[in-house]
Amino acid sequence: MAKDRANPLDYSRKTWMRLCMGFTFVFLYFPIVSLIAFSFNDSKRNITWQGFTLRYYEQAFNNSQLHEAFLNSLIIAGISTTVSTILGAMLGLALYRFRFPAQGPYEGLVHLPIVIPEICMAVAMVAFFATVNMPLGLTTITVSHIAFSIPFVAVVIRARMAGFDRSLEEASRDLGASQWQTFWNVTYPYMKPGLVAGALLAFTLSLDDFVITFFTSGPGSTTFPIKIYSMVRFSVTPEVNAASTVLIVITLALTVAALIIQSRSQGPTHA
Amino acid sequence: MPDSNTIITIRNVVKRFGSSVTAVNDVSLDIRRGEFFALLGPSGCGKTTLLRMLAGFESPSEGEILIDGEDMDGVEPNKRSVNMVFQSYAVFPHMTVHQNVAYGLKVAGTPKGEINQRVGEALALVQLESMADRKPDQLSGGQRQRVALARALVKKPKVLLLDEPLSALDAKLREQMQLELVRLQKSVGITFVIVTHDQNEALSMADRIAVMEHGNVLQLAPPAELYEYPNCRFVADFIGKMNLFDGQVVGARDGRVVVRVNALSDRVGDLELPYDGEARGGVGVAIRPEKLRLSSSEPVDEPVRLRTRIMEVVYYGDENHVFLEAGEAKFTANLQNVSRGAHAGVVRGEDVWISWRQEDTLLLTS
Amino acid sequence: MESWRNNRLVFAVLALPPTAWLVIFFTVPLIIMWVYSFAERGPQGQIELAINFANYARAIEWIHLGIIWKSIWIAAVTTLITFLIGFPLAMGIAFAPARWKNVLLLLVILPFWTNLLIRTYAWIAVLRTRGFLNFGLEWAHEKLTILFGFFGTAQVMGEFQPLELLYNQKAVVIGLVYVYLPFLVLPIYATIEKLDKSYLEASLDLGAGHWRTLFSVTMPLALPGIISGCLLAFILSMGTFLTPALLGGTDSEMIGNLIARQFSSSRDWPFGSALSFLLLYLTFIILWVRASLAGRKAGPL
Repeated sequence: MAKDRANPLDYSRKTWMRLCMGFTFVFLYFPIVSLIAFSFNDSKRNITWQGFTLRYYEQAFNNSQLHEAFLNSLIIAGISTTVSTILGAMLGLALYRFRFPAQGPYEGLVHLPIVIPEICMAVAMVAFFATVNMPLGLTTITVSHIAFSIPFVAVVIRARMAGFDRSLEEASRDLGASQWQTFWNVTYPYMKPGLVAGALLAFTLSLDDFVITFFTSGPGSTTFPIKIYSMVRFSVTPEVNAASTVLIVITLALTVAALIIQSRSQGPTHA
Repeated sequence: MPDSNTIITIRNVVKRFGSSVTAVNDVSLDIRRGEFFALLGPSGCGKTTLLRMLAGFESPSEGEILIDGEDMDGVEPNKRSVNMVFQSYAVFPHMTVHQNVAYGLKVAGTPKGEINQRVGEALALVQLESMADRKPDQLSGGQRQRVALARALVKKPKVLLLDEPLSALDAKLREQMQLELVRLQKSVGITFVIVTHDQNEALSMADRIAVMEHGNVLQLAPPAELYEYPNCRFVADFIGKMNLFDGQVVGARDGRVVVRVNALSDRVGDLELPYDGEARGGVGVAIRPEKLRLSSSEPVDEPVRLRTRIMEVVYYGDENHVFLEAGEAKFTANLQNVSRGAHAGVVRGEDVWISWRQEDTLLLTS
Repeated sequence: MESWRNNRLVFAVLALPPTAWLVIFFTVPLIIMWVYSFAERGPQGQIELAINFANYARAIEWIHLGIIWKSIWIAAVTTLITFLIGFPLAMGIAFAPARWKNVLLLLVILPFWTNLLIRTYAWIAVLRTRGFLNFGLEWAHEKLTILFGFFGTAQVMGEFQPLELLYNQKAVVIGLVYVYLPFLVLPIYATIEKLDKSYLEASLDLGAGHWRTLFSVTMPLALPGIISGCLLAFILSMGTFLTPALLGGTDSEMIGNLIARQFSSSRDWPFGSALSFLLLYLTFIILWVRASLAGRKAGPL
């Protein structure tokens, strides 16, 4: 006479709740999944399934403009990641470690790029580059990407350091190490997973960004998302789907890597 | 068939979590109308799970639970005539004391006038009339607990369930609340079922106690019986302190069992212990620390006596705990400090005689 | 935390470079834009510095006020719908068995990591006249027509007319709900998850049903998370640019698009700057409300 009754608070076992959640997940995944699925569809009209093909991936790979845009995106993301990870880590460490005058307003200011509408930052950058007479191109995009990535990296580093035991540094100093030696031998190893996670985040942000890139790019500095945007403006084609799928796979792989690194580093060191 | 004196019947109840964990393992017991009943056991013994099944937050995997003769299978918590005082109190932080106590009446559609009257009475019962408009964050832990009590009692439940109600209070307040809970229970006449891991709490408050371990009820008895006649080693050891020895049954004489304790036999010979049942093979022999007597000279008229060395004396104020050794055998004796310097002669390294009465010795067959 | 005075050199080395970058490439651009917002547009679209509030005055003229109001309205509707979808989802995840929780959370966040542009583009394929939704509706229509055909009443179904789903406000709202759902679900999930479940059990124990418990106990206790999530969804939707640009039509231009237009085709940077600052001020006010609500909640409890 074994019974398996749900407990009163097992809301996730109630049928209506499951329907509700099921509907929401269909809503969340149907567009993306269908986009990916129809990048393999052997039909230009793109709406009914005509059979599997990799034709559109071939087309996308042989599209020299897409090639160039992708290369641009990688160059920008590479430089932006390097610079913003270093600067963001410094900022995160400073915020974690020090008390200083006007800290509240300062923190508000450096986190501003996270909270303000992207369009506001985008047009401000345009105004700035025009004022200082800097021609729009790869440089202006990269500079802007670094600016909005720094606070994100800083937040990741600071969160990582929140679990750090300051007495380890004190122990190192007590045992005769200099500040610099203490940093390299004690603080830096602890911080490393945060650096990797922060760098991956900065890379994804840069690779994905559309709005700010769109405004700060000039002729000849088309990035991957911008190229896709210009293709999307014309029509929905399987080739766009194929290019989009490639970008989705890259960002997802990077993010999953960041997640794994973060969760692995949070486990044992905290205990 | 449960008689009219029974308010809760638990019959062959099993609760499994997943496929590997059995929290409650075939428990059957009756709780009587109007009694103060305690479920006592170490953490993880299944007592809280059993209580939560009474409240309806968990449902038995097997077996049945009857409250006042009604089968509770599939009855939601809000449809049961029992109420609970939670371990964390769960006093709603966004409501005032008055709103908290009124909540259960309001959701039942009780008329406003009656709500106010009953809430007033309930708050008076727990002496919180003056706090009615406060928010929980302005109350002390003890006061919050009183709110939880009033909130449950105002519903006039058939049974009040209390989940470790005193564990969050400090020692002084805990003792005071024990007395108060007993007073409250007698005055309202409602059956109380309390879950606790604290033996003192159970002994001092409950009319009857069920001792649980690994999902089983080991013994169900009034406090004094539980303390003086534990039915197994676990209960003997869990409630109070106990000197426990391994022995073998070697015979029976005049309705008494003859037991040889390996660690003692060369000093005191075989023990003849009173025992009602059949006993054979390996058994446990136990004696409470406070039932040991110490004397500097040999107490010749005591049948069980042996010479021991004092290894350690620990002073507790009201009593001393004396740790003794005689060869393999180790004893603990508790001596009441009945007057100042009563045990001035009991110091480490000295030899003393200890003795006890055959009647105070316990034979534990399981 | 130590005082910066203890170690001025380390503090300077750590804080100065990132601060310098952010000041030069973020704060200064904002200041320039702020200065421009008081400037005048010359006949060729060049900027003539001045100090007047004409741009701000223009922003609250009827035609522009309408767009600002529409942005607020679209953001409000988006927030409401997102809440209606997101709250049950947050509840469901918070009460799911432990081993499912992380999987479900990951499923909520995963779309959020795919490119915003691509996610929005994906909706075009769903919503357009020859899109999946209309396709599904036509299929259903066809089947129903056959069904009615059995009863000889096929004519009641009439001819299938594809719905106009794309390039209007509805499409924008759908796109925004889709994009900002995780931002609303996560804070609400976090508060419900942290909630002591005994409160809900106590409510049930005292005789309240599940709906009563939801409205009298769960939602009031989860209010900080609900407010935080809703305000987040609101400011993000209000400042959006891409979604209306891709999914919207002439009736769904929002303030972000108006700003963008001043910096591209209209070439009226001073006016665009003023609009941009209005949007910033609006965002700040809401962030401030959110922060002060969070501070008040954290205080006494």
